[in-house]
Amino acid sequence: MKYLWLTALTDIVESLRSRWFMVYTLVFGGLVVVLFAYGLAESRIMGFTGLSRLLLTYIQLAMAILPVFVLITTVRSVAGDREAGVFEYLLSLPIPLSAWFWGKITGRFFVVFAPVFLALVGASIWGVFKGGEIPWDLLLYYSALLMALAWCFLGIGMLISTVARSSDVAQGAAFVVWLTLLLFLDLILLGVMIQEHLPAESAVMIALANPMQVFRTATMMLFDPQLVLLGPSAYVILDAFGQTGYIVYALVYPVAVGFICAAIGYLLFRRSDLP
Amino acid sequence: MIEFQNVVKKFRRHEVLKGIDLTIERGHRVALVGSNGAGKTTLIRCLLGEYTHDGRVVIDGMEPRTNRQTVLAKVGFVPQLPPPLKMPVGQLIRFAATVCNSDTERMVSVANDLGLDVGRFMHQPFVKLSGGQKQKLLIAIALGRDSELLVLDEPAANLDPEARHIFFDLLAKKKDEAAMIISSHRLDEVAALVNRVVEMDQGEVVLDDRVAELVDISSRLSCRVGLIRQEDAFAKTIGEWGFASDDGLTWQGEISGPDRLRFLGVLSRYAALLANIQLNDTGLEH
Repeated sequence: MKYLWLTALTDIVESLRSRWFMVYTLVFGGLVVVLFAYGLAESRIMGFTGLSRLLLTYIQLAMAILPVFVLITTVRSVAGDREAGVFEYLLSLPIPLSAWFWGKITGRFFVVFAPVFLALVGASIWGVFKGGEIPWDLLLYYSALLMALAWCFLGIGMLISTVARSSDVAQGAAFVVWLTLLLFLDLILLGVMIQEHLPAESAVMIALANPMQVFRTATMMLFDPQLVLLGPSAYVILDAFGQTGYIVYALVYPVAVGFICAAIGYLLFRRSDLP
Repeated sequence: MIEFQNVVKKFRRHEVLKGIDLTIERGHRVALVGSNGAGKTTLIRCLLGEYTHDGRVVIDGMEPRTNRQTVLAKVGFVPQLPPPLKMPVGQLIRFAATVCNSDTERMVSVANDLGLDVGRFMHQPFVKLSGGQKQKLLIAIALGRDSELLVLDEPAANLDPEARHIFFDLLAKKKDEAAMIISSHRLDEVAALVNRVVEMDQGEVVLDDRVAELVDISSRLSCRVGLIRQEDAFAKTIGEWGFASDDGLTWQGEISGPDRLRFLGVLSRYAALLANIQLNDTGLEH
């Protein structure tokens, strides 16, 4: 474990000095600033108001931005490090491959989750200064969902980085994965598929398999118990799972996908050429 | 100590190593030479357990891929191109010292000996150091620990003459207890450091020869160079070797024994200016 934490710490130190991390932090921090600047916390739309309204908007935007950011930055930096000779040198030191791989994921998880979480906390603190109340249950729930989403795409990103031998290929593959998942969101393809008489079970399966859709449904669930906003597939899902069941699923499933992808990545990593 | 047994490495259909058989014992200082694409780096990566391959690589009876920690704990490695690490120098030293079961002071001490004031760069990102500073730090990490095999890829290329001399001294201290593989695409760069030459070409060993150890790695030569006239460019160049002159015509200084070829190579650029050269082994003088 000592080596794992050491690798995680090294990766965190390395990432904090990277340009991608600065951009990443600016995007999520800037998002909160923009939402406040446009008076979103004061607006009232469809019953949502105050900080809850702001957090809801933030989380919807995070769903669009977080996966692609995590994927691209992970594959670029990991595959880029390999190309630049970082792996050649650091893996010539006597560190176990398992500690290296899982330590890198652990460190990277902290780095990708921290700015998103801090922006969420920052928004809440700002809201309190403006006279609002912190919706604690929502804050905790959204933090857990964001954590699950970040871990999921980190695992996918590590798998892509292991399989692709160059940063260009890895970046392209990551973009295709993100685009595919984006297309299979409820409101885009699933809506069309149901309109074209796709069996409801197939649409539900697709919606349950897509971690972005799972996240999206879970974020709306507290506000829209009927999920009428999200169309027919979410309606069927809610019928089958119930609210609590779906919340558990929405937290466990993306984490499991992340773990499975990372584990496959690790098995391939230890069997292939390292640099 | 090290055995390569019919090692074959292919990248897709391209065979980069074509059945390498090689045995290297403690005390062997091997110059691994060959042109670009000869297979030197691939062979080193197989030795470090970084590449999968056919055949076997064994260090003290263990394969580096399956016994990473035990095997790599014995290996000090200096790459040709320093990795672009953004972490601070202090963090890199702590990381390396911890995983190698060494202590940071030992590595810092070697770096200081090489002329790198680590204390000044502790918080600076490694990637921001100059080429020579990076090289010194990587050498310090490789030599500031208990290693039985040193794998050095063009190790002295970016070092100044004084640092090279100290580096040669450090190698001299390890020469009987460790094996060394010094990779270079030019034999003259490393000839004076080694007692065996292995030349590779297109993935095969084409020459494997023992060479006489006529040059003591830690020896020094006192040197006197006379010019026919003063020349600013020459003064600048020889000043970098630590030479001094009162009149700009006669220059005096010391060079490392293994550096003599490199030094003569530098002088050859000013051949038309040279009036006389005198080289004396300081050990023999005393």
